[in-house]
Amino acid sequence: MNNTVKSALIVGVGGQGTLLASKVLGRVVLSEGYDVKVSEVHGMSQRGGSVVTYVRWGEKVYSPVVTDGEADFILSFEKLEAARYASCLKKDGKIITNNRETDPMPVITGACEYPSDVLEKLKANGADVFAFDALSLAAEAGTARAVNIVLLGKFAKETDIPADKWIEAIKACVKPQFIDVNVKAFNLGYGIE
Amino acid sequence: MKDLMIGNKAVARGIYESGCTVISSYPGTPSTEITEYAADYTDMHCEWAPNEKVALEVAFGASLAGARAACAMKHVGMNVAADPLFTLSYTGVNGGLVICVADDPGMHSSQNEQDSRHYAVSAKVPMLEPADSMECKEFAKAAFELSERFDTPVMLRLCTRIAHAQSLVELGEREVKENIKYEKNGAKFIMMPGNAKKRHPIVEARTAAIAQYAEDCPFNRIEGEGKMGIITSGTCYQYVKEVFGDDVKILKLGIVNPLPEKLIKDFAASVEKLYVVEELDPVIETHCRNLGIKLDGGKDMFPPIGEFSQQFIASAFGKAANECVDASVGEIPMRPPVMCAGCPHRGIFFTLSKYKINVLGDIGCYTLGAQAPLAAIDSTLCMGASISGLHGFNLAGGEDMEKKSVAVIGDSTFLHSGVTGLINIAYNATNSTVIILDNSITGMTGHQQNPATGMNLRGEPASKIDLEALCRAVGIERVRVVDPYNLKECADAIKEELAVSEPSVIISRRPCVLLKTVKAKKPLVIAETDCRGCKACMKLGCPAISMKNGKAKVDATLCVGCGVCKQLCAFDAIKDGEEK
Repeated sequence: MNNTVKSALIVGVGGQGTLLASKVLGRVVLSEGYDVKVSEVHGMSQRGGSVVTYVRWGEKVYSPVVTDGEADFILSFEKLEAARYASCLKKDGKIITNNRETDPMPVITGACEYPSDVLEKLKANGADVFAFDALSLAAEAGTARAVNIVLLGKFAKETDIPADKWIEAIKACVKPQFIDVNVKAFNLGYGIE
Repeated sequence: MKDLMIGNKAVARGIYESGCTVISSYPGTPSTEITEYAADYTDMHCEWAPNEKVALEVAFGASLAGARAACAMKHVGMNVAADPLFTLSYTGVNGGLVICVADDPGMHSSQNEQDSRHYAVSAKVPMLEPADSMECKEFAKAAFELSERFDTPVMLRLCTRIAHAQSLVELGEREVKENIKYEKNGAKFIMMPGNAKKRHPIVEARTAAIAQYAEDCPFNRIEGEGKMGIITSGTCYQYVKEVFGDDVKILKLGIVNPLPEKLIKDFAASVEKLYVVEELDPVIETHCRNLGIKLDGGKDMFPPIGEFSQQFIASAFGKAANECVDASVGEIPMRPPVMCAGCPHRGIFFTLSKYKINVLGDIGCYTLGAQAPLAAIDSTLCMGASISGLHGFNLAGGEDMEKKSVAVIGDSTFLHSGVTGLINIAYNATNSTVIILDNSITGMTGHQQNPATGMNLRGEPASKIDLEALCRAVGIERVRVVDPYNLKECADAIKEELAVSEPSVIISRRPCVLLKTVKAKKPLVIAETDCRGCKACMKLGCPAISMKNGKAKVDATLCVGCGVCKQLCAFDAIKDGEEK
């Protein structure tokens, strides 16, 4: 196996903008000269369902998907989704997650309860979990839609790729009228400790 | 110049670089973006056809006239296009003709996981299968070359993890192709028995010639060294490489039909253990067994069900699992896809569920009406089956069934293959009630235009079908339009149309709430003092409404203010959002 390959999962609820986050990440690691694969989700699962995008980069990447124990990072837009894919995380991997809760339909219909303590349980199991209120920071940047870029900002800090590379990629991936708000969102995420 | 692109975009690029000028397709996950990205190149004609059969026939016509032509569809779309495919194999082509078909192992967004390779085998046309985006582009170009060289349509098979996975692509220039001169040739293109009998031997000889070509063509290659050999293709090749790197000998097949004989026999003879790793059905494996080759593993190790991964393959070969974080945190509730907040389909499904109507469903976002709590759909089969199925259901069930059963079908699906079923209802006279959910777009596949939207693929103004007039023209006299945001209007229409003794169509009309042209209203708010926690609003299954501490709560980031829930609140506790 090629141990130089890095893997990240971007997980969330369909419609939260996981595709944009993966697009920016893909572009950044590409600009660093890596081979890259990004596996996206389209179609039915996008409609408010659990969605996962895989991003892998390294000297040579074969598989476009990430399986158990392979992820260096999980970037999660919603608490429950961080827990759902946690088995993909390497022993020394890191979860960066929004701490908001979005009720899935079985919770809405009352078939089950939202397990609010999943992150605490993961931490107790020894997982490296960083949870923060990305939605508030996105709102501060100007739009709740920018949660994805706030999270990406925090993630960027974890890598050794300089911030301006990320900002360059964001500028290339969003429409001109949304550049300012997204750059602001990125910086807010990048600055969080 | 290198670019990161999904397989579908790379296929579009390959089609473009090949000098293709006509592309006609019907959207279907995971194939849709091929045609969408192709439309970014303005020097090609790109269109959404009403269905896949029309699309392939358009491509045939363009090929006949001498142009390079293509179409794209999902695996089940190939069923619809199968009729022209089998005879196109006999006629062959004039300009190159490429059929892109995308399978969906694991059924991310499909109703079955059929294997398109069977079509290539049974229609006797060559099929290429790329394993990453670069190959998507290169194989698309090669497919046109092969099509013209061997006088055959060529299929390009993708699957979800190729179609929707981004990887690096080296761009090339577009080859400008003059149309090949069109000359009348009835013996080749008029497939009546006398001509077709002469064409069939040509097809068989062609297959043999392409199988010969496959023996040493650049698309089938051997990699790595070792005593263990693996024959594989497409995405499985990537998983195998991920697990074994260069430590096993791999025969990577780029042409998956026809399969070579000598190449495979020689490969088998060069290794001590031989395995075939292929998703879905045992096509390569059966070929090997027919050649008398002994396999040490095939479908006994890699079942015909679902999607594979490197983990799955490593485990099948007895490799130890990766060490991972202890992810045991108790039961995690499922998060299935749901109808969006403000989805115009919700009002209709709520009404159908409330009155316990039998609902024959169809293919689209509205299939989600089957999910709890609406649970309003009894069956989903294929495109158009709601309407034709309802006719049969009513024929068998008689008047009792007619009075409590409907079909629901979206606007795009209705025009794809629902209208023929409606013709049958009118002609063969059942008192069937059909509901067309007209949200003015092809929704599930990500907002493609269709003949009822008034716009073409590129968003330019186009002829717009008058659905009411169409229904009347086929012989349905009772046609009425309702607003699905108005629950009383929906209930009245459904009750009245089920009661009458003649067939009828209800058009539930409101654009998809995700369309950019649809402006959301202010999110609704719950007056907590008025909310009694009766959960009447929860029956809608709206993702924006939840119960917190015994009271309903509206998620302002999701709510679009459609107001359907307001109509269910007996205590007037749901209020319009305040204008800022």
